Amino acid sequence: MNMKKSLFKKIEPWAITVVVIAIFIWAFSGIPLTGIKDTARQVFFSIMRGLFHPDWSYVYTGDGEDLVSALLETLAIAFLGTFISAIIAVPFAFLAARTNAKLFAPRSAFGKLLLTIIRVFPELVLAIMFTKAVGPGAYAGVLALGFHSVGMMGKLFSEAIENVDHGPNEAIAAAGGSGLDGLALATFPDVLPEFMNYTLYRFEISVRSASILGIVGAGGVGAPLIFALSTRSWSRVGIILIGIVVMVTVIDFISGQIRKRLV
Amino acid sequence: MMPELPKRSFLKEWHVIGFSLFLVFVILILMSGKSTGVGQDFSWDQFSDLWIKMSKPDWSYLPSVMKPIEQTVQMALAGTLLGGVAAVPVSLLAAKNIVKNAFVRGLVRFLMNLTRSLPEMLLAALFVAVVGIGAFSGMCALAVFSFGMMFKLLYEAIETIDEGPIEALKAAGANSFQIIVYAVVPQVFNQFLSFFLYTLEINIRASTVLGYLGAGGIGLYLNTTLELFRYDRTSIVILAILAVVIVVDVISNQLRERLA
Repeated sequence: MNMKKSLFKKIEPWAITVVVIAIFIWAFSGIPLTGIKDTARQVFFSIMRGLFHPDWSYVYTGDGEDLVSALLETLAIAFLGTFISAIIAVPFAFLAARTNAKLFAPRSAFGKLLLTIIRVFPELVLAIMFTKAVGPGAYAGVLALGFHSVGMMGKLFSEAIENVDHGPNEAIAAAGGSGLDGLALATFPDVLPEFMNYTLYRFEISVRSASILGIVGAGGVGAPLIFALSTRSWSRVGIILIGIVVMVTVIDFISGQIRKRLV
Repeated sequence: MMPELPKRSFLKEWHVIGFSLFLVFVILILMSGKSTGVGQDFSWDQFSDLWIKMSKPDWSYLPSVMKPIEQTVQMALAGTLLGGVAAVPVSLLAAKNIVKNAFVRGLVRFLMNLTRSLPEMLLAALFVAVVGIGAFSGMCALAVFSFGMMFKLLYEAIETIDEGPIEALKAAGANSFQIIVYAVVPQVFNQFLSFFLYTLEINIRASTVLGYLGAGGIGLYLNTTLELFRYDRTSIVILAILAVVIVVDVISNQLRERLA
């Protein structure tokens, strides 16, 4: 019996290795290498040249069709989207949080399933749907982000609620407080810093998402980028890329500083 | 005599900082709302029409999305592998306990932060412009994206390892290559696999929409069915995406729980 087990243990790592290698061979077999354009090298160097000789005149022209206003619109989409979803996520989080130690918790399971479905639904598809409802523009982007972020924030919020210390809640109940008192005086103050932390974290992600929503016409800096790429104006591509990198880096830095102080 | 309350400063007594932050926040919301045009007419007819059409999926379309779904998974796997493997040496260069030269560390981290600030869809748009339409562009975009992400997770993991084995090997006269192989790698290997799976989950999600820009996979069908207003087929594409993402998430979560 013992011998057999050790034999299996000897084979196991090799078997896993073989399976993993087979999976990756299969994966690479599906990537056609023939589709590479002959001009790839030339275009690559053009983009590089564009990055080092960006079109500075595009940064600010004053007519609202420049880089600064596109970036501000992107930030506005991310900000509003995150704000909306942070509010919607709270009731979802309480629905999904598992607060009793029973083996089966249908309410929590239902809430978690709901949040998973929302989270997995691609935000680009949502953005397309909302552009059908409100027409192309930043408003559709706000709605798409506001809806999509609920999935992730609801999950993080519900985990924060699950980790709450029960002591204060019990003390309030013992002193004759109602469940609502416990929620307002014990649970909320406890989870609020974590909620804010996750909201800022999601804002960082939303800024990145908002910069691609323009691909489907939902506002932000994505639309001018795609336009510049398709018209091959590489110096404009360069300045837009620089703008996005700077914006994301600055937002990450500020948000990181605030989050450091919250925790 | 009544005991006197401790005096509070003007700022604290009237909560000046709190109120002004709140005011700034409200102003930001109003300005964002104005800039994005929130509150325009929401055409419920169009929206519900879309959902009604989508609620009757055209199941006969299912066989034709199987191949692109397969390619989506292949793209994500290949991209994650390339990016993940490339991230290993670079993350060693950025770890405080491996590289003592602060300038090298700072430079590597700075360059990688720049890479990480580009979302995968933008990378895909760039690669489609450079390389051309196809799954190869998608794989490249995902590889660069996973490279940045794995780098960050890995170098943070390397910085928190136990220093004991490193010192022991150093005392025994090992060179830095031997230190990495015998002291660092065994300590972070399981974490590496866990990060790899986590990145793979994110890449699967990303790869399902990359095709919208022509970077291979199922996303292309999203684009074509929507353009032809075949929403009954769009819902098949979305259902296929949901199925793949959920299946990969479940498998990956199981494996990661075992690794931990």
